[in-house]
Amino acid sequence: MADLAFDPKAVEQLSPPLVTGQPSLHDVTEAVSIHTEIETHRNWYIALAISGSVTLLLGAMLAYLIATGIGVWGNNNPVGWGWDITNFVFWIGIGHAGTLISAILFLFRQKWRTSINRFAEAMTLFAVACAGIYPLVHVGRPWRAYWLFPIPNADLAMWQNFRSPLLWDVFAVSTYATVSAMFWYVGLIPDIAIIRDRAKTKLRHTIYGIASLGWRGSATHWKNYEKAYMILAGLSTPLVLSVHTIVSFDFAVSIIPGWHTTIFPPYFVAGAIFSGFAMVITLMVIARWVFGVEHLVTMTHLENMNKVILATGTIVGYAYATEFFIAWYSGNEYERFTFINRAMGPYAWAYWTMVSCNVISPQFFWFKKLRTSIPFMFVLSIFVNIGMWFERFVIIATSLHRDYLPSSWGYFRPTIVDILTFFGTFGLFITLFVFFTRFLPIIAVSEVKGMMIQTEHEKHYLPATTSGSTEPVKAH
Amino acid sequence: MIQIEGIGNQTGKKFWRSLNELAATPKFREWMVQEFPEGANDLLDTGSRRRFMQIMAASMGLAGLTACRRPVEKILPYAKGVEGLVHGVPQHYATVMNVAGQAQPLVIEAIDGRPVKIEGNRKHPLSNGAANAWAQASILSLYDPDRSQKVLEKGKASTWEAFEVAAKGTFAGDGEGIRILSGTVISPTIAGLRSSLAAKHPKAKWVEYEPINEDFALAGAELAFGDRLRPHYSLSKADVVVSLDCDFLHLDNPGLNVIRDFAKRRKAVDSAVPAGHAADHKPADHKAGEIAAGVHKVDEHPMAPPAGHELAVAAAPAADAAAPASPFADASTINRLYMVENHFTLTGAQADHRLRLRAADVQAFAADLAREVAALPQGLKILGQSDKFIAALAKDLLAHKGRSLVLAGPRQPAIVHALAAAINHTLGNIGETVSYTRPGRESAAVGITELAKEIGAGQVKTLVVLGANPLYTAPADLEFAAKYKSVATTIHLGFEVDETAAASTWHLPESHGLESWGDAVTSDGTLSLQQPLIEPIFKTKSAIEVISLGLGLTTSAYELVKAQSKLADPAWRQALHDGLVAGSQVTPSKPAANPKAVEAALSAAPKAAAGLEVVFFPSASLFDGRYANNAWLQEAPEPMTKIVWDNPAIVSPKTAKELKLEEGSVIVIERGGRKVEAPVLVQPGHADNSVTLSLGYGRTSVGRVGTGVGYNAYLLRTTDAMGFGTGVTISRSPRTYALVTTQEHHDQAGRPVVREASVEKYKEESHFASHEDAHVELIQLFDSFDYSKGNQWGMVVDLQSCIGCNACLVACQSENNIPVVGRDQVSKGREMHWIRLDRYFTGTEDDPEVVHQPMACQQCENAPCESVCPVAATVHSPEGLNDMAYNRCVGTRYCANNCPYKVRRFNYFNWHEDLEEVGKMVFNPDVTVRMRGVMEKCTYCVQRIQEVKIAHKIDGRKPIQDGDVLTACQQTCPAEAISFGNINDPESAVSKMKKNNRNYTLLHELNVRPRTTYLAKVRNPNPELA
Repeated sequence: MADLAFDPKAVEQLSPPLVTGQPSLHDVTEAVSIHTEIETHRNWYIALAISGSVTLLLGAMLAYLIATGIGVWGNNNPVGWGWDITNFVFWIGIGHAGTLISAILFLFRQKWRTSINRFAEAMTLFAVACAGIYPLVHVGRPWRAYWLFPIPNADLAMWQNFRSPLLWDVFAVSTYATVSAMFWYVGLIPDIAIIRDRAKTKLRHTIYGIASLGWRGSATHWKNYEKAYMILAGLSTPLVLSVHTIVSFDFAVSIIPGWHTTIFPPYFVAGAIFSGFAMVITLMVIARWVFGVEHLVTMTHLENMNKVILATGTIVGYAYATEFFIAWYSGNEYERFTFINRAMGPYAWAYWTMVSCNVISPQFFWFKKLRTSIPFMFVLSIFVNIGMWFERFVIIATSLHRDYLPSSWGYFRPTIVDILTFFGTFGLFITLFVFFTRFLPIIAVSEVKGMMIQTEHEKHYLPATTSGSTEPVKAH
Repeated sequence: MIQIEGIGNQTGKKFWRSLNELAATPKFREWMVQEFPEGANDLLDTGSRRRFMQIMAASMGLAGLTACRRPVEKILPYAKGVEGLVHGVPQHYATVMNVAGQAQPLVIEAIDGRPVKIEGNRKHPLSNGAANAWAQASILSLYDPDRSQKVLEKGKASTWEAFEVAAKGTFAGDGEGIRILSGTVISPTIAGLRSSLAAKHPKAKWVEYEPINEDFALAGAELAFGDRLRPHYSLSKADVVVSLDCDFLHLDNPGLNVIRDFAKRRKAVDSAVPAGHAADHKPADHKAGEIAAGVHKVDEHPMAPPAGHELAVAAAPAADAAAPASPFADASTINRLYMVENHFTLTGAQADHRLRLRAADVQAFAADLAREVAALPQGLKILGQSDKFIAALAKDLLAHKGRSLVLAGPRQPAIVHALAAAINHTLGNIGETVSYTRPGRESAAVGITELAKEIGAGQVKTLVVLGANPLYTAPADLEFAAKYKSVATTIHLGFEVDETAAASTWHLPESHGLESWGDAVTSDGTLSLQQPLIEPIFKTKSAIEVISLGLGLTTSAYELVKAQSKLADPAWRQALHDGLVAGSQVTPSKPAANPKAVEAALSAAPKAAAGLEVVFFPSASLFDGRYANNAWLQEAPEPMTKIVWDNPAIVSPKTAKELKLEEGSVIVIERGGRKVEAPVLVQPGHADNSVTLSLGYGRTSVGRVGTGVGYNAYLLRTTDAMGFGTGVTISRSPRTYALVTTQEHHDQAGRPVVREASVEKYKEESHFASHEDAHVELIQLFDSFDYSKGNQWGMVVDLQSCIGCNACLVACQSENNIPVVGRDQVSKGREMHWIRLDRYFTGTEDDPEVVHQPMACQQCENAPCESVCPVAATVHSPEGLNDMAYNRCVGTRYCANNCPYKVRRFNYFNWHEDLEEVGKMVFNPDVTVRMRGVMEKCTYCVQRIQEVKIAHKIDGRKPIQDGDVLTACQQTCPAEAISFGNINDPESAVSKMKKNNRNYTLLHELNVRPRTTYLAKVRNPNPELA
């Protein structure tokens, strides 16, 4: 019986190739850069027109909201937060995958991240942009929203209330957005330089030249770059955990049954990764097909992500069960009522939608056949996102609509403005993507190349009998 | 009396606002005559009711001037300062007003000549400082932009001068063919003018008609006593009270003193249980007693107005009034209330035993009861076996001879009143718990029936309608509307361009009670004076002025009223100051009933027919319809159903099941060929085979607020069914209709929200209320603020006496500038009331009990709202108030989410948008008008606290004494259920209340340490009926 470690096929099985079809480094550059250089495709304009219209709809809805009042939404008393905060948490959650892939997987030397990190980081930024709209416009007087920031101003004449989780939110989200943007941009610099170098017009050369910050690819540059990237990865890692922890504090710090729960921070973080990865799958499945980079974003990537979805989905399911257990075990009648009400009350439909999508559906990924099936994972990732949206809705609406005094119980119904605003944020999200895919490399070229070389290099350490099985990487 | 008639013919100093005005060009004159500025009408027509506040009538010129008017006869500009007047400091004037057909003694707060708040008159024994929801809300009607503002001749704008010319021709000769129709005359001056009119025009006839009247009570007294007498109840002396369909605490309330007396006897339950031993737990860890102890006597109110104002006589609401009596003054034990009724009323909610019967069956019940207590000559009827309830009730009554009381409701026929009188007579209650006066009143129904007949016979040439709206309220079978149009000349004086106004030859705009001189006799006979607080805002006249005009008198209303009072100057001024002529009340008589006559009448009385009946109640909000355009009342939730902006047809769960109805089904109620369509509300505790309808809705002409709200139940009310009628059929319409309530959940979900026990349980376990939330000891992570110094405000609400009547809710709305949001927004859960009256059912669906709980901000010491506000817009004051800084609020709504009592209210829209001048005048200038996007809530009337604190600081008097600060809800509560004051002062009423055995903290286990606590409810059931 041969040693598995020395059997090339076995190695391949254990560690499947992250780039298939054995492209040269130049091929990679071509594959990734070409879409920024060719004549703008008609389909791109169509995509922009559609997503741009939806973004305009978002703008119109927000203008109507700001001009008229929060009453255009369905929020009421007792449900003071409705789709606004639901959507905020939803988008923030989506934004988790990017930084996780970029930072944590980077620190853990997970090479499979390289093909998808750029895309996931972009998704993070765009999702945070969508999320960031809500806290600003959901306040009753949005023109005073800047009061939430500790900017010295004469209107307030004193500091904000640092005990309020909403203020922590302001810091957490703005820090996260800033660091994510920096991380993304630093990663982009060598790739922008590639586009600059390939530029055929003066204008392109100038714009990409400025954006690449004078990158020449010298060893010093690379050394500084790697260091900066490492530092940013180190900075981002705690943020991945902290942002959603603090978002969960909005609820956990309150005294409302169903909100006041110590399990929220880990549960929210797991849920955020869950939804973030699902969104990456949804988008990647489309993007790798549209841009023809199936050989760079391989089934291995997708399968790995599906495994993460399976893991986090199970954690989320476990958290749901724990909540119920604690509601019963605590002996707190209000807590107990809230959870029974979730499962059997007027919002039971929302609760069971959430459970089906979040707990049951990811379990299919135990089967390799299903987690490597593109159509299946695409559908399932959408289910997960629906489920995670409902999770936030269930937490917010069902806890608020029936709290302590039965006299004040109510019900929340969204208005058309709620729905169109949420729809509009997808427009914004996709519009940003449309621009991203047109003007920037959607895959981290330099990283993929580095990974290819490194993988090749590693093969030299394998016994000679197996080293010849792969063609050496052709240098450009 | 010098009148400001608006800009047009102004005397005194002339103000002009534009060159156009100064030049008085024809175009400007035309603009002046127009009711609304150009284009405004277009806006009005498209506006929904919900937006009524946003679209206000203009009349800006007139409204703008009112701010510089004084409620005095001589109007002078402030060229020189008025002695004693300080701008912005409120002044109080005593007056009396016709509130829902009753004379209510009031004290009005005016700021810079603008009345802004109505309170009860403390000096008047009927009020003792309390006022009901209707009185509280009538200030809004004063500034109603939909008020009738000008004389109309056949619907077209005219002038008073034109009317005077026309009237001269009409009122001539012996008065042949002249008829005058008014509401019940409660004003001696009008009664005097009526006599002069009778002398001058002997053939003219004056008819009084009120849709909600005392016809049956007076007729019943005639049966029992041979005289049309009105009963007066002394509930303070009654140990056992039996109400035969009489909602004496609310819709049939004969005077607020009845509520106060009843509540005192309910609170007397504490006398059964020794108080004083340490409470099992304290609501909050207060180190009380730092304030120097000692009895604080309430001697002078700090808000007392400066003395000596020119001609206007100010009354201090509390000045040298006796301190409010201790809650347990003359009451010894808790009383027991038996209620027999078809519809669950607030009185029914207070009852210890409630029997739901069709209104038509009450007569049989009364007869059985009368026999059982041997009040009728034809022998005893022993019901012990067949009817346990009557037997036990009779036994209880017989055990309390002279200390019991049987009341009959105004919907019940005369015989029920007679039976009640006979029972009271037999039990020796007459002269003890009930006595009688003679109001000298004819039957309203008979009066209007005869009038209708005369019109039909063509005998009426001129019909003058004074302040009544017969086209809406007259019994349906009289076909009054058609007949009215056949009268040659109809003259209508009305506050609104109502149904009658629209059909009249002349419509004259009537002054509000706060704009005119007048007088009234309150139900105890006390002569009370009505003084104007403001010159008429529009060109209106009062009934007195219109009658004098008709009589060709030149004397002013002021002179007429003064002459009628027969008071000379010091006494007159004193009477004006007090609002009443002291000692003028009538001494009631103690007539003896004639049981034989009652027996005879009983055998002659028709027996109740079986089957469905329809019962007509006045509306808790709109009364008989007169408050239809009052948005505060439209939006005040009906106390038992919690429905706003609608009047459902109420049926019992069983009847609903039989007829296959559910909430929101629309039914067609048919009786005698008349039909009304109404949405159904299924109300637990309602009698089977009975449908209750509220009068007052379905107005077709009243103003933007009230037109088209609900259905008109008068269309079914005929002269043979003024109270109720049998022979009703109900069919289901295919339509459904969503009724809007402020409370969707009606039980307490097994939570100890409202805590309640029987007297027996209370005696066994005095602290039953605080025992209901067993919990571990509550600890604090941090040291709490030291609340042991200075004034520490706290409140106690006694659920034992609260009747859930909405007076506090409307008082709060008036005091704190709380907006109205409209039906649509209430359906979305966006009502703005700072205090809500939570209503819970307990027990079975068929025979539930009901409890009410006033719920406003609890002013938690560990306020969950405060810690979550990112901009520190809600913070704690050192006096323990949970303050709102409205201008800091950005509106995240996190505080409202985190409030366990859900008492915070968010301005989802700008409810005051486009509000114009007249509407703005109702605002209390001491309270910020909140903009859109801001959170608001109860602050224990912090503006009143500050006002008193400032006054005390200026005076150098310290500390503030108990009773100096009254919150708006506390001040107006007829049941005296709310105590408020300094909990650091062990002698304060609120501190004593907090030591009461029944005291408990709602949601105590959350350790939010609310400053408001509740006293649990105790009922006193008859052990025999257990």
